[in-house]
Amino acid sequence: MSAGTPLAGARTLLYKEVLRFWKVSFQTVAAPVLTAILYLLIFGHVLEDRVKVFGSIGYTSFLIPGLVMMSVLQNAFANSSSSLIQSKITGNLVFVLVAPLSHWAWFVAYVGAAVVRGIAVGFGVFIVTVWFAPFHLAQPLWVIVFALMGAAMMGALGLVAGLWAEKFDQIAAFQNFIVMPMTFLSGVFYSVGSLPGFWKAVSHLNPFFYMIDGFRHGFFGVSDVSPWTGLVVVGTSLALVCALCLHLLRIGYKIRH
Amino acid sequence: MSDRTPAISFQNVGKTYGGAHGAVRALTDVSFDIAPGEFFGLLGPNGAGKTTLISILAGLARASSGRVLVHGHDVVDDYAAARRMLGIVPQELVFDPFFSVREALRLQGGYFGVRVDKKANDDWIDELLVNLGLADKANANMRQLSGGMKRRVLVAQALVHRPPVIVLDEPTAGVDVELRQTLWQFVARLNKEGHTVLLTTHYLEEAEALCGRLAMLKQGRVVALDRTSALLAGTASTMLRFKTDVLLPASLRGQSRVTGRIVQVTAHDAHEVERILATLREAGCAPEDLEIGRADLEDVFLEIMQGAHA
Repeated sequence: MSAGTPLAGARTLLYKEVLRFWKVSFQTVAAPVLTAILYLLIFGHVLEDRVKVFGSIGYTSFLIPGLVMMSVLQNAFANSSSSLIQSKITGNLVFVLVAPLSHWAWFVAYVGAAVVRGIAVGFGVFIVTVWFAPFHLAQPLWVIVFALMGAAMMGALGLVAGLWAEKFDQIAAFQNFIVMPMTFLSGVFYSVGSLPGFWKAVSHLNPFFYMIDGFRHGFFGVSDVSPWTGLVVVGTSLALVCALCLHLLRIGYKIRH
Repeated sequence: MSDRTPAISFQNVGKTYGGAHGAVRALTDVSFDIAPGEFFGLLGPNGAGKTTLISILAGLARASSGRVLVHGHDVVDDYAAARRMLGIVPQELVFDPFFSVREALRLQGGYFGVRVDKKANDDWIDELLVNLGLADKANANMRQLSGGMKRRVLVAQALVHRPPVIVLDEPTAGVDVELRQTLWQFVARLNKEGHTVLLTTHYLEEAEALCGRLAMLKQGRVVALDRTSALLAGTASTMLRFKTDVLLPASLRGQSRVTGRIVQVTAHDAHEVERILATLREAGCAPEDLEIGRADLEDVFLEIMQGAHA
């Protein structure tokens, strides 16, 4: 980027993206927190007395970190993808396109705001659900690392989806046919270790599994796979998605003709 | 950059859009310069390539060939410096529904590196709001504004980072007379203060009144480039205007413009005027409210677009 004030431009775009979701926080923060509480009440009520995970951990305690991380991932994706597709379709993306912002500035702002929203929703879910079961926080650093990396990866993936999509329908398809199944089948509601061999192997191909498993390790100190393995898989996935995202932004994919 | 560096320089600009039905050539070898401080008009019928050219200048599209410089800065290789010097008023009436007018202006300035928390910048935003008749709308949400008000905000957004070059892409399309007057007074003042203005418009009387120099595009090529006064002087200088209810003789239809009952016929000299009147008499057409005057820019435009100067 040329001389000037590139950081100020990126900072403003980040501020705008955060302000955008905060102005409709009832929809973007409160609603997903309520959804997570409903999951907890229903599944916790049905399974609490029947299932123990990792030996002695109660089902509700096990479920809470999974719901927190699922909320982080889904909302990080929703923020960048919905913001970009809305701006593309309504045409107000032109205000950012004519500005002297580099592809790095776009990336930092959109992914940064997605991380902020993902963490805000995840924190909200944690605060309201933590009272439902005994609290564990064995290794908090893993919680922070996996939450930040997962949110960043989903923010970048949302940006890729927003660049690619030309209508809301396509974003909804991306969300419902890719993000949602990969999140639900990643061990949010169950331990992958309890699955039959074939499905366990399939789950190990899903990077979302490593995010949730590593995040959960931070709470209980035990997990289906080593958090270090998770760190390598999530780190590699994050690097690949970020590289694709930066490439698309640099060439102006579907935003500069 | 030296003082002779053009404010905008289009150099052999070409643009081809690829599509399912083959490539479409939108611009072919477009070259001209706009000097600092000029009020320059870019005219052409729909689909002539005006907005494509502006889009390439603004970085919204990329040229297939050639290059564009803004005060010597290439819009691709040195885009940040080039864009900082440009204030673009887009043709489409777009807005961000999440923000108030003041928030939209502060954010737009921020993208260009203008600090939103500095009082001097807020003073400039206030000045823009007053000059564009938006002072009482500063805290209104963008959704609450009328179309004309939204158009004014677009102009303010383009100016919020104080660019030396202002590009207005059909800014008065579909807006009322009051806004047109307010807008032109403000833009003319900015031009007098040294800003370069590039204007595309369908209102040719605006271009004639405001622009010192003009380029006309037709099918992606520059077909005229001159001072406005020279273009007016170099074409058919006489225009007959009259009203009639009778169908014009076939021999006059090719050089006539008909709007309802009003007919305008171009003539190059007094002999041709006499011939036209004789033809009308022979056809039994009695012209009402006959006037003979000088051709205006619309006549020049039509003559050029019909191929006389192409």
